[in-house]
Amino acid sequence: MSADIYKEMILDHYRHPRNYGELADANVRAKDSNVLCGDVIEMQLRVDGNRIDDLRFRGQGCAISLASASMLTELSKGKLISEIQKLGKEDIIELLGADPGPARIECATLGLKVLKTAIYAHLGIRMPEEET
Amino acid sequence: MKEKATALNVKKIRADFPILKRRIGGKPLVYLDSAATSQKPKPVVDAITRFYTEYNANVHRSVHRLSEEATIAFEQSREKFASFVGAKTSREIVFVRNATEALNLVVFSWARSNLKAGDHVLLTEMEHHSNIVPWQILAKERSIKLDYVRIDDDGTLSWHSFEELIKEKPKAVSLAHVSNALGTINPVREIAKQAHNVGATVIVDAAQSVPHMPVDVSDLECDFMAVSGHKMLAPTGIGMLYGRYELLDHMEPLMGGGEMIKEVHLQEARWNDPPWKFEAGTPNIEGVIGLGAAVDYLSKLGMQNVRLHEKDITKYALERLGDVRGLVLYGTRNIERRGAAISFNLGDIHAHDLATVLDTQGIAIRSGHHCAQPLMERLKVPATSRASFYIYNMKREVDILVRALENARKMFKV
Repeated sequence: MSADIYKEMILDHYRHPRNYGELADANVRAKDSNVLCGDVIEMQLRVDGNRIDDLRFRGQGCAISLASASMLTELSKGKLISEIQKLGKEDIIELLGADPGPARIECATLGLKVLKTAIYAHLGIRMPEEET
Repeated sequence: MKEKATALNVKKIRADFPILKRRIGGKPLVYLDSAATSQKPKPVVDAITRFYTEYNANVHRSVHRLSEEATIAFEQSREKFASFVGAKTSREIVFVRNATEALNLVVFSWARSNLKAGDHVLLTEMEHHSNIVPWQILAKERSIKLDYVRIDDDGTLSWHSFEELIKEKPKAVSLAHVSNALGTINPVREIAKQAHNVGATVIVDAAQSVPHMPVDVSDLECDFMAVSGHKMLAPTGIGMLYGRYELLDHMEPLMGGGEMIKEVHLQEARWNDPPWKFEAGTPNIEGVIGLGAAVDYLSKLGMQNVRLHEKDITKYALERLGDVRGLVLYGTRNIERRGAAISFNLGDIHAHDLATVLDTQGIAIRSGHHCAQPLMERLKVPATSRASFYIYNMKREVDILVRALENARKMFKV
């Protein structure tokens, strides 16, 4: 693992998270944590039909989890639910521009896990095991 | 920083640890995580290799030559460890997997048959989960009350809190000799005295003390003591429970099977004597033999010298770390009252981010809650970083750590 993961863009998202805070008219919310770092992330979405109209997140944790959640909210705004469902670990690594390595990948994917949890809650179906 | 002579010949010691020659991402390994597990010197690795290449056999079973040699080596290790910690006889030493299993054995054998509903057990806020969770399981089963000695802001036990809680006349007082997260050395002897005055049995988690300083069970006046082999140069998977013989003699075994019996009939069996009563099944023979070599290695250095060396490097590290802007140190600065594990946070950088950045410099530290979540709650932090030192660490490595922390501080704009 190299120091690449802590490049300027990631630290910027960590210090100044985008779409951070409360989304008053959210119609679906989800929250989860990562035992390793004690990261906690909550996602709040306003879903209109099958599109994510708006979303905010909040939480606390390490730079990797918060920056990755922040970048994910930017990517997801206005996207179709089905597009988010297709996202996986590789997409998060691409988004971050660096692989955080096996010890920290769970930090990086926490935001996506919470976002998907919210989406499946909205759809009223169980999240497939491989996506948890 | 030029290395001054300390109580140990560190250069010579380092030559015994081949792993210390490793490079991580092109940088020399700086191993500051010995509180998690120590590295292993060649004599320990060689002893294990010799066992497998020269006299591998099961112990206590067969009458052939190999088994005889293996059994002798196995029981010699028990004797070496017994005298290393001042036990009266090697029969007071039970081999288990680790300190966690040693503590569980005390809770689920001794405490389960000696404690009843309404009894109190006294622990401390700085315990490792292994000295909290087994008690919680038993507390639920038996309606036992768990009390916790508070810690003061400097990371030492509050004597006032202890004196208040000992009035509850606990049946057991179980505490860490040295805190894995704070490095605090607890006044076990004084605590044991007062605990015995109210009739309590004293259990000491010595996983972080026996590898680092002279420890004598008769001096501590403890009734049980749990130790991990892998933190004291021995392999993983071997732990030791010291127990006063009378106590072990009256305890029921936790596991049944071979080795732990004298005779077995279809409806009943008679237990073997301690310690074998608690050692059902084929034991970790290579672990025990490795432990014997580890005890030899440490004995040759002298535990007093080990302690002096660690005090020296810890004092230096506390001074240097104290100069890093934005760095918060946890635990006492009093070198007489602390071991060689130092917990800290750097500004608001998450401990795991810091550990990842340091890893890129070849520096191995621990980050997280150190299996002491109640302590983290008390400190009001989600996690800390921990640098811990052992016989092979040099002041130069402290300098490398400090330099890397300065870089991290700039990187994260703390």
